[in-house]
Amino acid sequence: MKQTIDIVINQYLIAKWPVLSKVPMWAYYLLWMLIIGAIILGVASLIAGIASWVERRVAGRMQSRIGPNRVGPIGFFQWIADGLKCLFKEDVTPTNVDWPLFRFAPYLVFIGMFGAWAVLPYSARIYAADLNVGILYIMAITSLVVIGILMGGWASGNKWSLFGAIRSSAQIVSYEVPAGLAVTTMILVSGTMSMQGMVKAQTGPLGIFGWNIFNNPFTCIAFFVYFIAAIAEGNRTPFDLPEAESELVAGYNTEYSGMRFVFFFFAEWANMFLIGAVSATLFFGGWQGPFANPDTWWGVTIGGAYFFGKACFFIFVLIWIRWTLPRLRVDQLMAMCWKYLVPIGFVCLIGSLLWMSIFGNRIFFGLISAVATGM
Amino acid sequence: MASFSDIAKAVESKFPGVIKETVSEGLLPHVVVESSRVREVCEYLKTDPDLAFDFLSAIAGVDKGEQLEVVYLLYSYAKLHSFTVKAKVSRAEAKVPSVTSVWAAAEWHERETFDLMGIIFDGHPDLRRILLPQDWVGYPLRKDYKYPASYDGVDLRRDEKDWPDPGSEELYK
Amino acid sequence: MSALQSDIWTLNMGPQHPSTHGVIRFILRTDGEIISDADPDIGFLHRGMEKIAELIPYASFMPYTDRLDYLAAINMNWGWALAVEKLAGIEVPRRAEFLRVITGELNRISSHLIGVGALASDMGAFTPFLHAIRDRERINDLFEEICGARLTYNYCRIGGVSEDAPPGWLNRLGDFLDYYEPMIDVFNDLITNNKIFVERLRKVAPVSAQMAIDYGLVGPNLRGSGVKFDLRKQEPYSIYPELEFDIPVGIGYHHGDLGSCFDRYMVRIEEIRQSVKIIRQCLKVIPEGEIIAKVPRTLKPPAGEVYCRTEAPRGEVGFYVISDGSPKPARVKIRTGSWSAMSIIRDLSRGWMIADLVAIIGSLDIVAPEVDR
Repeated sequence: MKQTIDIVINQYLIAKWPVLSKVPMWAYYLLWMLIIGAIILGVASLIAGIASWVERRVAGRMQSRIGPNRVGPIGFFQWIADGLKCLFKEDVTPTNVDWPLFRFAPYLVFIGMFGAWAVLPYSARIYAADLNVGILYIMAITSLVVIGILMGGWASGNKWSLFGAIRSSAQIVSYEVPAGLAVTTMILVSGTMSMQGMVKAQTGPLGIFGWNIFNNPFTCIAFFVYFIAAIAEGNRTPFDLPEAESELVAGYNTEYSGMRFVFFFFAEWANMFLIGAVSATLFFGGWQGPFANPDTWWGVTIGGAYFFGKACFFIFVLIWIRWTLPRLRVDQLMAMCWKYLVPIGFVCLIGSLLWMSIFGNRIFFGLISAVATGM
Repeated sequence: MASFSDIAKAVESKFPGVIKETVSEGLLPHVVVESSRVREVCEYLKTDPDLAFDFLSAIAGVDKGEQLEVVYLLYSYAKLHSFTVKAKVSRAEAKVPSVTSVWAAAEWHERETFDLMGIIFDGHPDLRRILLPQDWVGYPLRKDYKYPASYDGVDLRRDEKDWPDPGSEELYK
Repeated sequence: MSALQSDIWTLNMGPQHPSTHGVIRFILRTDGEIISDADPDIGFLHRGMEKIAELIPYASFMPYTDRLDYLAAINMNWGWALAVEKLAGIEVPRRAEFLRVITGELNRISSHLIGVGALASDMGAFTPFLHAIRDRERINDLFEEICGARLTYNYCRIGGVSEDAPPGWLNRLGDFLDYYEPMIDVFNDLITNNKIFVERLRKVAPVSAQMAIDYGLVGPNLRGSGVKFDLRKQEPYSIYPELEFDIPVGIGYHHGDLGSCFDRYMVRIEEIRQSVKIIRQCLKVIPEGEIIAKVPRTLKPPAGEVYCRTEAPRGEVGFYVISDGSPKPARVKIRTGSWSAMSIIRDLSRGWMIADLVAIIGSLDIVAPEVDR
């Protein structure tokens, strides 16, 4: 990335307008980062908005009703209308709030969610940054959400919000453990923490059979462990006790209105895409797929389409699960994490290690290619 | 399944003199007992194995003019028979022993009767208004109840020509 | 080292609440999630119905009984009509009795649909509630054809019913039953047998039969605790003696505790099936005839009193009516099923969590108009 910027700046801009060489290089780097950040922010907001529309339509069809259908064709501009409405709303802040924390909490949640989008491997050549600790960075920055939720719940000055915030933070912190175990399994199987590296490690016949989920049976189980833990971290039903409408109105969101509320909500939908993207990267081959050859420009485009397609499929699964299942009570939720998911996560980890040391890595791929070359 | 007269006889033989009046004709046969001994009678009705009135269906307060009545409507799931006990108290001294120790259901029924009719139940664990706000004045179901002019700053008077009394005869000509 | 000191929180589960049970308020004292005291504060929907009944004639009180429990309006109408008919000695024609039973059982189905749907939606499953509403809409359409209203029907009259079934209505009702009976199994597949739902409810707040009778629980709440008592069988009225149906009781479904929230829920699901059975039998044998008896315009029942109980969807509704020979009642006391269900919550919810309190309220199927009248 640095070489690209150097080339672009030196060869094109300074060659044409030598006066620009007075500006120090770090300013250009900074400008470049801001541009990329703005692009990602735009894409993420677009995806979050459209995901909200998709959720409402899909929920409507599942519930034997239509869903939004007034604003635009099949209600497609509903999310724009909602966003605009929230922008123009009066900023109501109750009297008892802890003012600085109340204002800052949505931003923290926002940062926690959107910061992770910087390392997602949208395609072989399309990414913002390829940190060599990519997945670890994602796990770390999404933990900022806990602080944001706690701040929001406490600063609201409302006992029910505090309840929601405490339940939520307990839930998120607990479910980091099985998620981390599943992720560690995949790190060991792929041999690298970098997101692009993990995707590249999943090459295989037809682009499909190299996927990590077919690698060994323990990675298959690890996918389900990760998926369930990710739903819990995202506060989605069946783990949406912190926002349980029938009990707590809206949990830690109760006192927020207008733009601040939009921050919380968009962070939730952006997180859905993140769950889909990370699942796709770790387990389903990221941008790998038939004809997604990283060397050609159309291969890269197809790869990008595969990545978005997989992430969107997971968004649909999340919506499906939300509108089908009831919610777990807080002690059942904790029991599920500590008594079931954590032991299974450990089993996956140790099992994968044993499998790899006994049978070698990517046994399934090995079998397929042996069969393919033999024929 | 015992008949009304059998039950009345059983009560009379257990507590001689407690029954002041027996009405065995009509759609709701009942006995009127001495108001200070209601709890003993009810406890007997519940615990006696042949009577076994384990279900207190309702406690109703009735304003009969000079006297207020407390009506206990009982039923037995074991024996499938019903019974009614009444206690009459004067308006000035409207006190009846509470039967909360006999049926737990009585707690709320007695609170409601106190709230709306103003009958005090001795021995009730928590006798306060249940349907109306705690600072309401008066007992609405009494026949001499005067509607308040205002409550909590809200004007409650009605303009009679715009809102005729729903009990008035003109509406039903 | 001393134990961690923790305070008791006082929280207000206020009258405005997204749970669909109406305006009821609880003052909760909790130790973290565990409730130490849930003090109900009722009276937000108190409309003084018993006082109003003393001001207007007998027949005019019928629309008020709709509002007594607007989800089961026919049964409330029926209770009042039955009480006054007993007082005045009026005999109801046979076709009217059949129409009352048909509409009453249809209303029982729609009321139970709301009850179980609301419990499911309180547990976080929003979809089954909307599926129940979709089926209830068809029932509402049937009611709209016969009496003109979708919710507060005002259908029964003293001496019969107000409108006869329009032509084809009984056939449409039969078609609806044919459509709906398999939908009960679809509903069960979606939510009743769902492991998360079962785990939320099957061991929560068991009410023993002894406690249920002592607190005066009635209807599905009582049957959920294992007491096999139904006014339609044990103290029958109208044409129920001629009809064949079962009384579902709680048995500790799904290896839960007897009398738990899940038992009460399951009793309602099974009662829907039984209601369908009852309506089918009525449709086969309903006779032609009058739909209302000859009742004087100003009804003046002879002086006397009566206590008449009928089985409404939320339990028995008892009308204690005292007449003094005038056109207006001297005293009406209405006893509803949700009243006792509300009174048991304080002692029942001690030691359970706030999430369980929502389950308890939903499983007892409490509606505010019945509690406050």
